[in-house]
Amino acid sequence: MGKHTVVPFGPQHPVLPEPIHLDLELDDEKVVRAIPSIGYIHRGLEKLVEKREFKEYVFIAERICGICAFGHGWGYCKSVEGLMNIEIPLRAKYLRTIWHELSRIHSHLLWLGLMADGMGFESLFMHSWRLREQVLDIFEKTTGGRVIFSACKIGGVRRDIEDSELHGIATILKGMRDEVRTITDIFFKEPTSVSRLKDVGILSKEAAIATCAVGPMVRASGIPLDYRVADTSGVYRELNFTPVSTDTCDCYGRCWVRVQEIFASLDMICQAIEKIPAGDIAVPVKGNPNGEYFARLEQPRGEAFYYVKGNNTTHLTRFRVRTPTNMNLPAMVEALKGCDYADVPMIVLTIDPCISCTER
Amino acid sequence: MSSQDLVTIKPENRPTDLLQEVENLKFQGYRFVQICCTRVPEGFELTYSFDKDYELKNLRFTLADGEGITSITSLYLPAFVCENEIHDLFGVPINHIAKGLDFGGKFFRLAEKTPWHDLPKGGAH
Repeated sequence: MGKHTVVPFGPQHPVLPEPIHLDLELDDEKVVRAIPSIGYIHRGLEKLVEKREFKEYVFIAERICGICAFGHGWGYCKSVEGLMNIEIPLRAKYLRTIWHELSRIHSHLLWLGLMADGMGFESLFMHSWRLREQVLDIFEKTTGGRVIFSACKIGGVRRDIEDSELHGIATILKGMRDEVRTITDIFFKEPTSVSRLKDVGILSKEAAIATCAVGPMVRASGIPLDYRVADTSGVYRELNFTPVSTDTCDCYGRCWVRVQEIFASLDMICQAIEKIPAGDIAVPVKGNPNGEYFARLEQPRGEAFYYVKGNNTTHLTRFRVRTPTNMNLPAMVEALKGCDYADVPMIVLTIDPCISCTER
Repeated sequence: MSSQDLVTIKPENRPTDLLQEVENLKFQGYRFVQICCTRVPEGFELTYSFDKDYELKNLRFTLADGEGITSITSLYLPAFVCENEIHDLFGVPINHIAKGLDFGGKFFRLAEKTPWHDLPKGGAH
């Protein structure tokens, strides 16, 4: 039997942009158990729903996370619209889908950069963040904001995008597709990347089911679970879309799924731009929410859950978000079991943890 | 089944019913989604959500202030995240959380103990 040690990992660590702590129980260099600990920066944003009117709270919901800001705004609006039986215009659904898929590309490129940086692949880090800038430029051009852009509102969206501008976006994305292809082909063939990712951090299909993992984490374990398949609040059913999945169950597979999702999102946006109808972008909202509603949305990191409860006043009594990282923490702990200590940063990075979301 | 399906568990049938219901759902292939706690005048309203084929099923019951509930981590281990959160924020006692995953009130580093325990004042209330 080897030497038993407990090594603290985080909350400050070069691969962790946000604070999370792991107690790693090691047997020599092998991890036998990992105990996660969060809660360093819990903000209590759910509670603020009692202090802000339900129409204003969308600005708070967006601030749950700086990466999936649009998605959280949409998730909140979707749940309130469901509660109030509001049917938003079709053009607004298209616009929401376009912005959300752009956010997914932005999130996955940001993750790719962090992943590359974590393994010392600095040129890939710079190239993926350079490409991400193009998405942020599109956000700025279409909404005025680069990170939190408040495009979503209850009843639709705040801003329209001119058709000529939409076609300009499609041209930018076609160019981006080739560039993403070039850098990711190198990433997946580079022997150092392969040796650091292949057969590392195994999360078997059975373990993915048992840990109730979501998003690319579960899709890389052979389960094509993607809420966009069932989502009617966007226009996913009108687009040619199949969830990306693989059954390699390792870090390499999780990277591959995210990269393929970038291409899938690029395709979906171009399809949506071709099909977007003319029309209104919002409907008026009358009355106050009364009752309760459950909603879900596929965020870049996986399925997010939203719950709202109202009592026919201007303030909701409860707003609840269960973020994807909340569900992926147990899966991460499972993937860490039996790995080498040196592989822990790679495994943590391949779950793409968002502590900002988790500490909402 | 609509995704807003709600099954309410009567107080006299808890907690046996909760574990039994959850076990039934697990046997049917449901995936654990979340637990939501809401402060209501009667105590704490707990909603457990499960998913199968993109349809939600929710179990609901209300606990009186100070009343505890058995953990479902014996059936769905990932529930420890929600259970520790509910314990730390609302002060609802959750018993028998899986070994090593009961953080005993230290899952969140909070300036104030159980900050969401009391009924909200102002705003909607």
